[in-house]
Amino acid sequence: MSISPPIRDEYEIALTTLDDVPLERTLSLPQRIWQQSWVRKAVILLVLALIWEIVARIQNNDLLLPGFVQTAQAFVDGVATGELIGKVWISLKVLVKGYLIGIALAFGLTTLAVSTQLGRDLLSTLTSMFNPLPAIAMLPLALLWFGLGENSLIFVLVHSVLWALALNTYAGFLGVSDTLRMAGRNYGLRGLRFVLFVLVPAALPSILAGLRIGWAFAWRTLIAAELVFGASSGKGGLGWYIFQNRNELYTDKVFAGLAMVILIGLVVENFGFNTIEKLTVKRWGMQR
Amino acid sequence: MPSPAADQHDADTPILRAVGEHTPLLQVDRVGLQYRSPTAVVQATHDVSFDVYPADRFVLLGPSGCGKSSLLKAVAGFLKPAAGEIRLDGAAIHQPGPDRIVVFQEFDQLPPWKTVKQNVMFPLLASRTLGKREAAERALYYLDKVGLGKFANAYPHTLSGGMKARVAIARALAMQPKILLMDEPFAALDALTRRKMQEELLILWEEVRFTLLFVTHSIEEALVVGNRILLLSPHPGRVRAEINSHQYDLQSLGGVGFQETARRIHRLLFNEGNEEPAQVNFKDVRFSY
Repeated sequence: MSISPPIRDEYEIALTTLDDVPLERTLSLPQRIWQQSWVRKAVILLVLALIWEIVARIQNNDLLLPGFVQTAQAFVDGVATGELIGKVWISLKVLVKGYLIGIALAFGLTTLAVSTQLGRDLLSTLTSMFNPLPAIAMLPLALLWFGLGENSLIFVLVHSVLWALALNTYAGFLGVSDTLRMAGRNYGLRGLRFVLFVLVPAALPSILAGLRIGWAFAWRTLIAAELVFGASSGKGGLGWYIFQNRNELYTDKVFAGLAMVILIGLVVENFGFNTIEKLTVKRWGMQR
Repeated sequence: MPSPAADQHDADTPILRAVGEHTPLLQVDRVGLQYRSPTAVVQATHDVSFDVYPADRFVLLGPSGCGKSSLLKAVAGFLKPAAGEIRLDGAAIHQPGPDRIVVFQEFDQLPPWKTVKQNVMFPLLASRTLGKREAAERALYYLDKVGLGKFANAYPHTLSGGMKARVAIARALAMQPKILLMDEPFAALDALTRRKMQEELLILWEEVRFTLLFVTHSIEEALVVGNRILLLSPHPGRVRAEINSHQYDLQSLGGVGFQETARRIHRLLFNEGNEEPAQVNFKDVRFSY
């Protein structure tokens, strides 16, 4: 037996404007506070510090593992006497120089790579050669070429930033959609103007990722280089501060130095890169 | 007007052929387009000729793979013809330029890092047509025209598909190009929005009288939007016919003459012989979507 649906009456409703139904509702205050990512991150840090302090108290040997409070004390002392700040200043100055030169070179290389075939081959050959090579492995050579000084450090820093950033930027450029490229060319953009006005903003998520990786690589390389290099020159930055205090068994100061590295990393990550992201790719809806 | 396919081009033909007092704005002259893959050369179009006159709404219509989008890209200057020549105002086209603005189908044609207003200003500034202040004024003028004045400072990712299409149209119109090139601009929109956009495009044309070259795969859209339709056969694209459609607009949808022409176009595109198509119901002309 076949069934057929019933035939129902038609109806129409004249709609009036909705005045009493709110279209938007604000979240409650605790919910809004928890929505702030820095609040959640601060809670994580507090919990970690608490675990550290408890483990240190149980261990009860401040030569091996000073507690959080003791480290904080050493940190505050280091900052107050200006010793720690001075070391940070020395390290950061070198770091930023190497980082900026690395960025400039990476942009030059990738611009060459998107505009000429030979440039593309050059970039792919050089990155496949040098990207897997740890920058710190170049330090002995650099010391030979540039002597004991800032220049050697800058050389290895450039090396650590350049390839990671170039690789990411180039991948970003390749991922720019044909429609955007055609739109840019349609308006008469070519050469460097095309790269600056179309490719760079369109590839910004990849470029930012490359800048982040480059920054992290640069820090690692610098601290590692200072551990070696500071020993031979007698003056140095944060890496040397850590190394020297370990030799003198000021373990709390070693921890304070490490904490400084972490702190700078957090500040650059949250106030530097995250702010840039919020103002650019997140605002533009290119990244969630 | 002589059918372009039969038009024999020789050295004595004047570069601008005139119909009555009108001279063509765009001449596509025996154009062959090819795509090169590492192993083969694919012929996209063969010996295609047509003329577009000022204020034309000229539609390229054909099944998928007939090279209609390739022809549009060639007119825009992105694709170099392997044979023949394309002339705008009598001058051969060699490269992309801001005198021919393309509206693409894809939503990502709007740079996401620019607000709606900055998007409309982008070609004006990039081509150094206007200074910043004049560009901003003109951008707002054309945004008002497409009804997006209120959204000037919004970013594209916050807009609906139809609004993005409107921004792309405003951006193209603001450049006041010699010819506007549209590559299936409404194909990615839902049916209701598409209908609305076709209507708005016709209203804008009534007002501005721009010259339009419009690519579509929909017979209905071709009849509604265009005043003249070039039919292309597939693989490789060759000219099958040129048909007038200036008498149709959105009001004529489903009318007798409209359906008659739609049936004729269908026959020209899909039937090599002259027998009637067997099982196609033209009560609903939207089959082409």
